[in-house]
Amino acid sequence: MEKRYYREDIECAPREQISKWQSEGLVKSVRNAYENSAYYRRKMDEHGVKPSDIKGLEDIHKLPFVSKDDLREAYPYGLLCRPLSECVRIQSTSGTTGRRVIAFYTQHDIDAWEDCCARALVAAGGTRDDVVQVSYGYGLFTGGAGLNGGSHKLGSLTLPMSSGSTERQIQFMQDLGTTILCCTPSYAAYLAETVTEKGLKDTIKLKAGIFGAEAWSEEMRHDIESKLGLKAYDIYGLTELEGPGVSYECSEQHGMHICEDQFIAEIINPNTGEVLPDGEKGELVFTSLNKEAFPMIRYRTRDICVLSHEKCSCGRTHVRMAKPMGRSDDMLIIKGVNVFPSQVETVLINNGYSPNYQLIVNRVNNTDTLDINVEMTQDMFSDTISEISAREKALVGALKGFLGIYAKVHLVSPKSIERSEGKAKRVIDNRKLY
Amino acid sequence: MKGEKTMTVKQISVFLENRPGKLAEFVEILRAGGIDMRALSLAEAADFGVVRTIVSDPDKAQRVLAEAGFISAVTPVLAVAVSDEPGALYEILELLHKADINLEYTYAFTTRKEQGAYMVFRVADSCMEKTAALLEEKGIGVVAQEDIYSL
Repeated sequence: MEKRYYREDIECAPREQISKWQSEGLVKSVRNAYENSAYYRRKMDEHGVKPSDIKGLEDIHKLPFVSKDDLREAYPYGLLCRPLSECVRIQSTSGTTGRRVIAFYTQHDIDAWEDCCARALVAAGGTRDDVVQVSYGYGLFTGGAGLNGGSHKLGSLTLPMSSGSTERQIQFMQDLGTTILCCTPSYAAYLAETVTEKGLKDTIKLKAGIFGAEAWSEEMRHDIESKLGLKAYDIYGLTELEGPGVSYECSEQHGMHICEDQFIAEIINPNTGEVLPDGEKGELVFTSLNKEAFPMIRYRTRDICVLSHEKCSCGRTHVRMAKPMGRSDDMLIIKGVNVFPSQVETVLINNGYSPNYQLIVNRVNNTDTLDINVEMTQDMFSDTISEISAREKALVGALKGFLGIYAKVHLVSPKSIERSEGKAKRVIDNRKLY
Repeated sequence: MKGEKTMTVKQISVFLENRPGKLAEFVEILRAGGIDMRALSLAEAADFGVVRTIVSDPDKAQRVLAEAGFISAVTPVLAVAVSDEPGALYEILELLHKADINLEYTYAFTTRKEQGAYMVFRVADSCMEKTAALLEEKGIGVVAQEDIYSL
C-alpha cells in the first residue's frame, strides 16, 4: 500500500492544532530574533514593538516586514541568531539579481528542511522503493541539498547527480531505473527534448518529477509530462526560508500546500502592506516558526500569489498557494504594461515553439522596445520562407493579444539560447532606468 | 503503372540563422559526412534563411544535420533538364503557365559530366504528379532520384 503522507499527524492536522503551533512558534521566533540579532532588535524597536507584544497569531500584523534590502544590509551576519559554532551549514542564492543571500542552518534547521522535502516527495507518490535522481545543482544552491536530504529521510535510493552532463543523466535513468526526477523545469524540458530526439522514452521508467526554483507554465508541464512519461509536480521555496519544500503539490495539483507547522503565510497588498483576505492576489509573506539560526519574520518574497484555505481532497489541511503569477523581480514594465516572462512562455508553447526564449528590452528614442528570440522547432519549419513567415506573424499576433504590446520576434537556431542548468536567463533589460 | 522510377528528387531544406559563419558550419557538416552537393540555393528573410540543397545522399544528410542540431525537412522537387539554348526555359515555363501550375520557387544548377543545365521546380504538393506527367508528355527530361547522383 502506497504511503500517502510523510507526516500524517502534521500534514493532516486540524486547523485549531495548526493555529496553536503557529501562535507558539511565532512567539518563540520573535523572541529568538529580538534577543539574538541586533539588526532584528533595532528594526522592532524602531517599529515600536517588543516580543512581549506578540502573544499569538493575531498579533502578527504588529511586526515590521523584512525585505530583500534588509537581507542585503544585514549581510552576512546581521540576521544570524545562533553562534557560528552552532551552525553546521550555509546555502546561498545565485545572486543573479545582484543581491546574494547567505542563509545559515543549525542541524535542527537542516532536519526540519529535509523533513519538508520528504513530504514533497511522498506527495508526488514517492516511497522508500523509489530511485530519486536529484538533478538540481548541488553546492550553494538549495535545490540539490534539499531534495537530496528529503530523499535520504524518506529512505529512497538517492542519485546525487547535480545538474549538467545530460547524456550521463539519461544513462543513469536507464541503467538504474530512476522513478523520480528532481530538477529545474527548464532543465526537465531540456532533458525531455533530448530524450524525445533520441527516441529513448521507452527506455526510462520515470513516474514523477519534482520541478521548482523557476517559474513555469501549465503548458510546459504538459509538454514535459508527455515527453518524459511522468507526472510533474511543482515545489516552491526560498533560500531565505530554507530552500525547496516550503510548499509542494499533492496529487490534486491544485496549488501547493505550505508547511504551516514551519511557516505562517500571509498575502499583502505590495503597495500598502495591508493584509489581504483569502483568495485575493498579492505579495506572499512568510514567517518562520521553527528556524534557529536564520529566522525570517514577515519576509516579503516578492512573489505575487493567491492563498486558499479550502479543503483539499488529498486530505492535507495545510493552506495552498497558487503558482506565483510572477515575481516583482521578474516583472517587466514595458511601455507601461506589466509583462511576465511566463506569459511569453505560454504563448510560445501554444503556438508550437520551444519554451526556450529570451526577452530583450531596449529603450530607443525614449520608447521601450521588446525583442524576443525564439528557437525554431521542427514543427514550425518549412522549406518556404512564406510559410515560416506566416507562422511567425501568427506568433507575433498571439503575443500582442496576450501581452498587450508589440514584440519583435527573431527566429534563432534550436538550442542556441543558453540554458543554464540552474536558472534560465530569460530577460536582458538594456534600459538604464535607475 | 509505367515508370517505376520516382520522378521527384529529395531536396533537403535547412533552417539557418542569418549570422556570419552559419552557412560555413552547415557545409562543413556535409563535408564531414562525405556528402556531395548537386545544387544549392539560399532564400533569406531578415533574421534567418532557408538553404535548399540536393545532395548525393539525402537520408544521410538529414541524419548528420539532426545530430548536429539543425532543423531540416525533406521536400520532393522536380529537377528538369533545360537545353542550353535561348528560349528553352521560356518554353517550359509557358507550358506550366498554360496548365495553371504555380512555381513556389525555383533555382538552377549545371553539371559537368553531362554538360547539362537543370532547373529545380517546387510546386504545390497537389500539383506534383500533374506537373511531372505534363513535362514527360512534352518530352522534357525530368531527373529521377536514382539518376541525380550520376549526372
